[in-house]
Amino acid sequence: MELKSEKFENIFSGKNHLLSIYITAGYPKLNDTVPTLIALEKCGIDFVEIGMPYSDPMADGTTIQQSSEKAIKNGMTLKILFAQLTEARKHVSIPFVYMGYLNQLMQFGLEKFCIECNKAEIDALIIPDLPMDVYEKEYKELFDRYKLGLSFLISPQSGEKRIKQADRLSFPFIYQVSSNSITGAKSEIKDSQKDYFKRIDKMNLDKPKMIGFGISNRETYNQAIERAQGAIIGSAFIKAVTEPGILEENIERFVKTIR
Amino acid sequence: MSYAVDEKGFYGEFGGAFIPEMLYPNVEELRTKYLEISSQPEFIKEFNDLLRYYVGRPTPLYFAKNLSLKYNTKIYLKREDLNHTGAHKVNNTIGQILLAERMGKKRIIAETGAGQHGVATATVCALKGLQCIVYMGEVDIARQAPNVARMKMLGAEVRPAKSGSKTLKDATNEAIRDWIGNPEDTFYIIGSVVGPHPYPDMVARFQSVISEEIKKQLQDQIGREYPEYLLACVGGGSNAAGTFYHYLDDLRVQLFMAEAAGHGVDTDKSAATSILGTSGIIHGSRTLLMQTEDGQIIEPHSISAGLDYPGIGPLHAHLLKMGRAKSFPITDKEAVDASFMLSRIEGIIPALESAHALSILEKYTFSKDEVVVINLSGRGDKDLDTYMQYLDKY
Ligand SMILES: Cc1ncc(COP(=O)(O)O)c(C=O)c1O
Repeated sequence: MELKSEKFENIFSGKNHLLSIYITAGYPKLNDTVPTLIALEKCGIDFVEIGMPYSDPMADGTTIQQSSEKAIKNGMTLKILFAQLTEARKHVSIPFVYMGYLNQLMQFGLEKFCIECNKAEIDALIIPDLPMDVYEKEYKELFDRYKLGLSFLISPQSGEKRIKQADRLSFPFIYQVSSNSITGAKSEIKDSQKDYFKRIDKMNLDKPKMIGFGISNRETYNQAIERAQGAIIGSAFIKAVTEPGILEENIERFVKTIR
Repeated sequence: MSYAVDEKGFYGEFGGAFIPEMLYPNVEELRTKYLEISSQPEFIKEFNDLLRYYVGRPTPLYFAKNLSLKYNTKIYLKREDLNHTGAHKVNNTIGQILLAERMGKKRIIAETGAGQHGVATATVCALKGLQCIVYMGEVDIARQAPNVARMKMLGAEVRPAKSGSKTLKDATNEAIRDWIGNPEDTFYIIGSVVGPHPYPDMVARFQSVISEEIKKQLQDQIGREYPEYLLACVGGGSNAAGTFYHYLDDLRVQLFMAEAAGHGVDTDKSAATSILGTSGIIHGSRTLLMQTEDGQIIEPHSISAGLDYPGIGPLHAHLLKMGRAKSFPITDKEAVDASFMLSRIEGIIPALESAHALSILEKYTFSKDEVVVINLSGRGDKDLDTYMQYLDKY
């Protein structure tokens, strides 16, 4: 089945490069999810990646680990997340991309998860530990039925065949991991990364690419978007909202440092 | 063999490889090569020679007369505690280091709980002149200090895992994260039958030497190659997998697993996964694990660092589900009791992990003529600090 999303079509067909922000839901405080989403839309963020905190996030560095630990302690659950997102939808219209580990979906119940995603108008999913072949065999049909696309990850180590597979299966975009690394803010983009960005860009893939992991400031963002439709910032944003002060102001100040 | 892993890496509904794309090339490389390399005659020869001359195999199968009298049955102890480095863990690290070497890897990483796997990894790295980094939870670094010192003496770097419960689960997370960051030169030596396929199968194969020897030794000593019962403790499940391996299809043999109940299965301080666990994903494998309703992994508790893990290997989850194996929860106190008991009547100080397996003797009545083989997975030197705290009670 061909997935379609007008929202994503619109933002990806525009001339501008995209900026997406990863947030840890329920962080810094349990009820900060909704005001964070409102503030991000107000700052002109193109879409949000909403991270459901997990106890054992194997692809994440210390910043997201710690924010997740705190959010879980705050009482964050999937049920609360869906309630928060449904509330947020009264004010926010930019696309929501849910990001979480597979175990949480399994325990919640896959179909129930899909139904809740539809209610909260979640537009797409990122499940880093769901491999493409398992998705195709066991999950795709269900997710398709609920019009939920998955964005798969590619890394510098991914072979051409894997990249093509990710291009075929991903919707609405390919998540291009910027280096061989877990998440975490880095201050610069190395030459080897630039070569990799160029190599992937020259493959002329069907789906748009969003570069993430290690993008942290204006410089790294600008380097990423030279070779992709946009970039995603996570850990650096989490650090910014960890600062004391008013949440909305911290968010606005941070986004202004990027573009 | 009906309990063998299938092509996709599953034991029934359990197993598989649920890993992020960043790990895929590494795991895939291992999956396509481990059987091919480990079945080459030259590999087999070096593996067997090292097990014999370096590790000291075969380990004795010892008829424990005093123990047998006490429990009114025939008890044999498989003495994995007599291996070089003091536990069964080295069987596996020898196998994996030979693989790493043949795959051209220069940097070795490992996780460890009790420190036995860390020591066994540091040992083979020293032997092969390879760099060794061992991740260990901060809590375990404190409670297994002698093994931390041994790893350092052997030239390994011990990196503390500071997240979550600061124990084995978190050390494993850190090792996985390291591997994501170092995909080209690094080989991850996992210490148990856990993790993504092909690890559970690969580790079980390397540990299967335990049951291979038990078969021969029983034949020599009692004139038949099978016992009525095999008992082993289960953290991730590697010593149990090795003990059961060649008997999995032999239904004359009952398979008993001891799990760490911690303060008890009805408390929130336990690691008895088969009772408290439900199906889910941990460290890249679908298996039984302890988790909240919301799918957050629960921090386990056991006095024994090697059993302080909220999951079990997918093979064991499958054996339990099929009714092929039975699990016994053993509390911290019962394990310490068993350690002192064995020390006093047989002159053998067991590791806290292995003591859990011994404790099954208190839970199940074996008949007089039945043969019970208990895998004594390791020795108690590393646990002396803990044991000394109980000395005045025994
Ligand atoms: C002596 C000993 N026995 C058992 C275990 C538990 O591991 P497994 O269940 O993989 O045998 C350990 C782990 O550290 C150990 O050191």
